[in-house]
Amino acid sequence: MVRPIRVLVAKPGLDGHDRGAKIIARALRDSGMEVIYTGLRQTPEQIVAAAVQEDVDVVAMSILSGAHNHLFPKVVNLLKAEGVDDVLIIGGGVIPKEDIPFLMESGVEAVFTPGTPTKDVVDYIYNNLKR
Amino acid sequence: MELPIGGFIMEKNFDGYEEIDKSYNNWENNKVEKIKLRFPERKEKFTTSSDIEVKGLYTPLDAKDLNYVEDLGFPGEYPFTRGVQPTMYRGRLWTMRQYAGFATAEESNQRYKYLLEQGQTGLSVAFDLPTQIGYDSDHGLAEGEVGKVGVAIDSLRDMEILFDGIPLDKVSTSMTINAPAGILLAMYIAVAEKQGVSSDRLRGTIQNDILKEYIARGTYIFPPEASMRLITNIFEYCSKEVPQWNTISISGYHIREAGATAVQEVAFTLADGIAYVEAAIKAGLNVDDFAPRLSFFFNAHNDLFEEIAKFRAARRLWAKIMKNRFKAKNEKSMQLKFHTQTAGSTLTAQQPDNNIIRVTIQTLAAVLGGTQSLHTNSRDEALALPTEDSVRIALRTQQIVGYESGVTETVDPLAGSYYIESLTDKIEEEAYELIKKIDELGGAPKAIEKGYIQKEIQSSAYKYQMEIESMEKIVVGVNKFRIEEDAKSDILRVDADVEKIQKEKLKALKLNRNNEDVKTALNILEKKAQTDENLMPYILNAVKKYATLGEICNILRKVFGEYEQTVIL
Repeated sequence: MVRPIRVLVAKPGLDGHDRGAKIIARALRDSGMEVIYTGLRQTPEQIVAAAVQEDVDVVAMSILSGAHNHLFPKVVNLLKAEGVDDVLIIGGGVIPKEDIPFLMESGVEAVFTPGTPTKDVVDYIYNNLKR
Repeated sequence: MELPIGGFIMEKNFDGYEEIDKSYNNWENNKVEKIKLRFPERKEKFTTSSDIEVKGLYTPLDAKDLNYVEDLGFPGEYPFTRGVQPTMYRGRLWTMRQYAGFATAEESNQRYKYLLEQGQTGLSVAFDLPTQIGYDSDHGLAEGEVGKVGVAIDSLRDMEILFDGIPLDKVSTSMTINAPAGILLAMYIAVAEKQGVSSDRLRGTIQNDILKEYIARGTYIFPPEASMRLITNIFEYCSKEVPQWNTISISGYHIREAGATAVQEVAFTLADGIAYVEAAIKAGLNVDDFAPRLSFFFNAHNDLFEEIAKFRAARRLWAKIMKNRFKAKNEKSMQLKFHTQTAGSTLTAQQPDNNIIRVTIQTLAAVLGGTQSLHTNSRDEALALPTEDSVRIALRTQQIVGYESGVTETVDPLAGSYYIESLTDKIEEEAYELIKKIDELGGAPKAIEKGYIQKEIQSSAYKYQMEIESMEKIVVGVNKFRIEEDAKSDILRVDADVEKIQKEKLKALKLNRNNEDVKTALNILEKKAQTDENLMPYILNAVKKYATLGEICNILRKVFGEYEQTVIL
């Protein structure tokens, strides 16, 4: 029996906009994945601890406050430091296109910006799992 | 005999309605059904955002129960359906008040001066997230966030720079600050004092609406009871010391942005309003002493007519609530005065210039709905904070509607429209039912605790998204009429250096101020926070000694604790 894909949907930093994160969480759940949503105000440390504890296959982060260049890489690096290298890390939110190359270099595999259909996120995960 | 227009006559048994009814049925069964065979309608059912069915045609039959004097009345008179002021924009246009702020106080000060030069008529301060959540720029949780979504304010020193060269007796200022609202208000009062302006001359608003933070916005600090105490402290303090100040901006904007429908926006906002009035009365205040200074903040969304009807319904409903439920005697206590912001969530990252058109329609909705003040979003809303050029266009949108379109020349021009009056009634009716539901749950604070309001909003949000993905709802440029686009390169970027600059400023501040005085002020505040006393004088005292925002909030965190969000999915 194949176990369902486990996803951590996380809100790093102080940003309180969770409409998108909650819609993504629900869409992923409706597609058959198991989703853990962290709620607001997660530190990178808390996100990594949850990811490890919940043994997730995907970490999906949402930031609309402009703090993505600082916080996304921090999560990536902390996961690496924990020896976790087979988790798919994706992000979304209000992120200028020009920042995406930097984020991808930092280890975020894909960034989903405003207007992305939830189906695209679902498909991406199914097609790009690392484990 | 002359046919009246709708129900605007006193006799309900007017038999002209029978004739209209007969003609209508005749028209529908013959003309309409015939044409539908050749040209089917585009949808099975046409609905508003609130799922209210929109008919093909509205006639006097749809307004036949309307009593003009009771249900509409006159602008400036109960139930204020047509407006809170008798002459509205004929006397003075709405305040053009662009929400602004980013990076340091110096840079934001420049933006404010630019906006005032370009003709905006009121200030609106956007603070960064650390400030909104009571953290100084050198706090661990402030990393990466300093100056990003608004201006970083760590102390009175920053506030002085923010308003440098701006006479506080001449402008009104709205500050979007909630959990630490009392502290920012105290800073504003202190800055004014240094300018020689006494607090009784200050005009402005603080958002100060914690309930919607728990529901939809997320910048809470303290638990509900302590938060309500701070809010009612502010009501009381301002009624005596800052009598021209709007002590709260009870907000529906964010609730709508989180995904609520128009009906939910009205219902949840007014339910929050009810909770604040109840809290203030419980704290010993007389309703007519604080209610005239309550204000509201609504969203201006896409559906033009639903939005206009929504504003009218909200005014009428609140007037009834204040009069009947809270027995207000002062007419001013029954007036729903509001600020509006055009709906950020409707703006797209794709083909951003299209957003200018969206904002124009939303501006019309707000103006035809009788708003007292308005913020129009810029075309780059989905990308970043606005550039100077983008925000100027947004301001020009208001100015063109105000000066060139003619819609301001008469009050509530859409009154009497069978559709508008029918929609106004329907929204009021459905919002009222929802408020009753919240009452049954124990009021807004209890409903929030139980997750009821949040779940309702999430359902609506998900439904809306699924309608877009199924093409039931079209978003131009996103799911239809798309193009290949390059990234828009000229967007506003906040320098990462801002964080460094603020940290340096904090170091310098702590060296230059009298730290003994600060310690004493904070100690007094800590003691008083444990009593029932009004904390505003003690906050003001600490602020004047240059205690930082973070230092003051830490004291309050110590005494009140922090709110723990229950994750509701």
